[in-house]
Amino acid sequence: MDFTFDSEQNDLREAVRGLLERAYGDSEVRRKVVSSDPGFDEKTWSRLAEMGLLGLPFAEEHGGMGAGPIEVAIVAEEMGRVIAPEPFIEAVVLAGGLIAAAGTDEQKGELHGAIAEGTTIPAFAHAEIGTRWVPSASAVTATQSGDGWTLSGVKEPVPGGARADVLVVSAVVDGGTGLFLVQGDAAGLTRTGYRTHDGGRAARVAFDGTPAVALGAGGDQTAAIERALAEARIAYSHESIGAMDTALRTTAEYLKTRKQFGVTLNRFQALTFRAADMYVSLELARSTALWASMVTDAGGDVVAAADRARLQTSRAGRHIGKEAIQLHGGIGVTAEYKVGHYTSRLTAIDHLLGDGDWAADRLAADVAAHETVDPLGAPYAPGAGVA
Amino acid sequence: MRLQLSPELEAFREEMRTFFTTQVPQEIRDKVAAHRHLTKDEYVSAQRALNAAGLAVPHWPVEWGGKDWTPLQRHIWREEMQLANVPEPLAFNASMIGPVLAAFGNQEQKERFLAKTANLDIWWCQGFSEPDAGSDLASLRTTAVRDGDDWVVNGQKTWTTLGQYADWIFCLCRTDPTAEKKQRGISLLVFPMDTPGVTLRPIELIDGGFEVNEVFFEDVRVPAENLIGEENRGWDYAKFLLGNERVGIARVGATKRLIAQAKEYAQEISEGGRPLLETPRMATRIAELENELLALELTALRVVANSADGKPHPASSVLKLRGSELQQAAMELLVDIAGPLSLASFAEEGSDVPDFARVSAPTYLNYRKVSIYGGSNEVQRTIIAGTILGL
Repeated sequence: MDFTFDSEQNDLREAVRGLLERAYGDSEVRRKVVSSDPGFDEKTWSRLAEMGLLGLPFAEEHGGMGAGPIEVAIVAEEMGRVIAPEPFIEAVVLAGGLIAAAGTDEQKGELHGAIAEGTTIPAFAHAEIGTRWVPSASAVTATQSGDGWTLSGVKEPVPGGARADVLVVSAVVDGGTGLFLVQGDAAGLTRTGYRTHDGGRAARVAFDGTPAVALGAGGDQTAAIERALAEARIAYSHESIGAMDTALRTTAEYLKTRKQFGVTLNRFQALTFRAADMYVSLELARSTALWASMVTDAGGDVVAAADRARLQTSRAGRHIGKEAIQLHGGIGVTAEYKVGHYTSRLTAIDHLLGDGDWAADRLAADVAAHETVDPLGAPYAPGAGVA
Repeated sequence: MRLQLSPELEAFREEMRTFFTTQVPQEIRDKVAAHRHLTKDEYVSAQRALNAAGLAVPHWPVEWGGKDWTPLQRHIWREEMQLANVPEPLAFNASMIGPVLAAFGNQEQKERFLAKTANLDIWWCQGFSEPDAGSDLASLRTTAVRDGDDWVVNGQKTWTTLGQYADWIFCLCRTDPTAEKKQRGISLLVFPMDTPGVTLRPIELIDGGFEVNEVFFEDVRVPAENLIGEENRGWDYAKFLLGNERVGIARVGATKRLIAQAKEYAQEISEGGRPLLETPRMATRIAELENELLALELTALRVVANSADGKPHPASSVLKLRGSELQQAAMELLVDIAGPLSLASFAEEGSDVPDFARVSAPTYLNYRKVSIYGGSNEVQRTIIAGTILGL
């Protein structure tokens, strides 16, 4: 087992950090960018494309970089460090990942190439009011019509749903949940966008006999959805780690400079001990997220590893997000100061694809099935013996 | 970044697993699994079994019986040992005075002590804490005054773990009361526990057991050659020693074992017509604990890989802090599963209460110590806030 990044990975991190630092090093810039639609900076999106990041995990023959989950983790963490509002995980990891998992070669060639170039931004329309964090659809139904399909029903909230050039939509088909592509200008498509509390954008997306194309061969895609969601959960864990890291460093800096009662706040052990506990939470979560990406890289059980990463980063994100504000005091609650935005983003991530309690329940269902958890054993490391 | 162990390390892990589960007496391992106190003879025979195979002190220099392993190999060694319920080599010997002697002792001292220390022919105990010097160890007041060829030691030590079995003590003494900084005037002396003037008083703990002691020194004469390293440099050696103490203190393997036991017992006790393990609250509690432990294990693996230069990674404080909390949480889980059966703590023959339930409450109470010894968790928070966060 090896937790060290190789030199190419370190170079990647440095390059991404440089780009994002130029874009959002000043937190006021982010605040301005998210205040108007589409909620991110199209120029920064183009720069991410120029660096090859928007095709990072896609196969080279489809216009991608052919990189692995560790590289995705690095980019996600750097996005989190400045809470960059660009929809890297939503478009590249999640929607792009679904296309990779279920799409035909032709669809991959067309869509991955366009995503990588930054000219097409996809979104995954999956969440429905009344259910949560399931890999199946129930409120949108697909009906075969001639050579194609039509969709009817409502998805909400769909992150990036209003701006998306193409939607990957989950819908009820015979025998399960299928995946479909819907163009942004399709007939019978109504999108109502709004701001989310963390500066992002989401939408209500209604389909009314909307023409759609099956992604891949059609049929039940629940397993592909489950896997893509798991990979996105792991990527969000890395984004959280970046955000928590900045929240903690910002808090520590504040404790060293802010004076009350004639001394800086770091003279109060009641505060420094709490900062120490934040560090403990962060490092434990970081280890778990890195491990989950290594499991993905090794071809182990991604879904189980993602649940573990989700649980650990959810707990850590709440702990660090809340304490970062509390240790700042009133300024932490203002929109003019940056730390509260980190807490808001951590809160959004926590609710996007499953929170800590949700992950804990899933792990609890399996608790009797193993004697001990061996991070280097089955089901995480392929080929390893059962502990 | 790579998940799997290399084939060499896989083989190494298998070799360790096989050794620990076949070459250390089963009855000793059963006793560890049942959380029963070991006798002195059992500690000694377990350590000698390891030492005979060269597995008692792998972290020592090679010329004194060490293995020149990577930090990851040492981690695997410790993990597998704990998973197999093998009592670890006596910490006072293997992790504390041994490495100090190897690093700072003179050649004569090394030859005199190290082999016997590895084999537990000498049982060492630790003379560090005093009634008024706990976390603030540098305030210690036991004195050693030079008189001819001897040091004369007076004072008192406390929390001397298993001192009742000890042949020798390594003892921090104030040798220069005039030193400007209190850390500067301390020296490290070693002497036999049966030296005239040494008396030991056992302290009963809340579990009814006797594992710690007070040790009193009244004009104890210690030959000058028993000074380890340089005079007045004892604090440096103590810091070196405590850094070693913190490595491996996460005790992930041991806690894993506890949780595995908890799951087994939670299958055997029913509540509301189903096994306790199947109740949502218990299942979730165990799942959360397993995940916390996984995070700790991964962090330990991450930290060992980054402490190759021999110095403990600053994040090793995380291991102590969280490791102790999880040991306590796992023990709390066991006592909660035992429920009313935990009251039968001192039942003997004629009681139907299973063994684990009898020892659960005393062990739970005893385990309050783990967040206190080895640098209390508050000391670890101070280290994290100071050295890592710069606060």
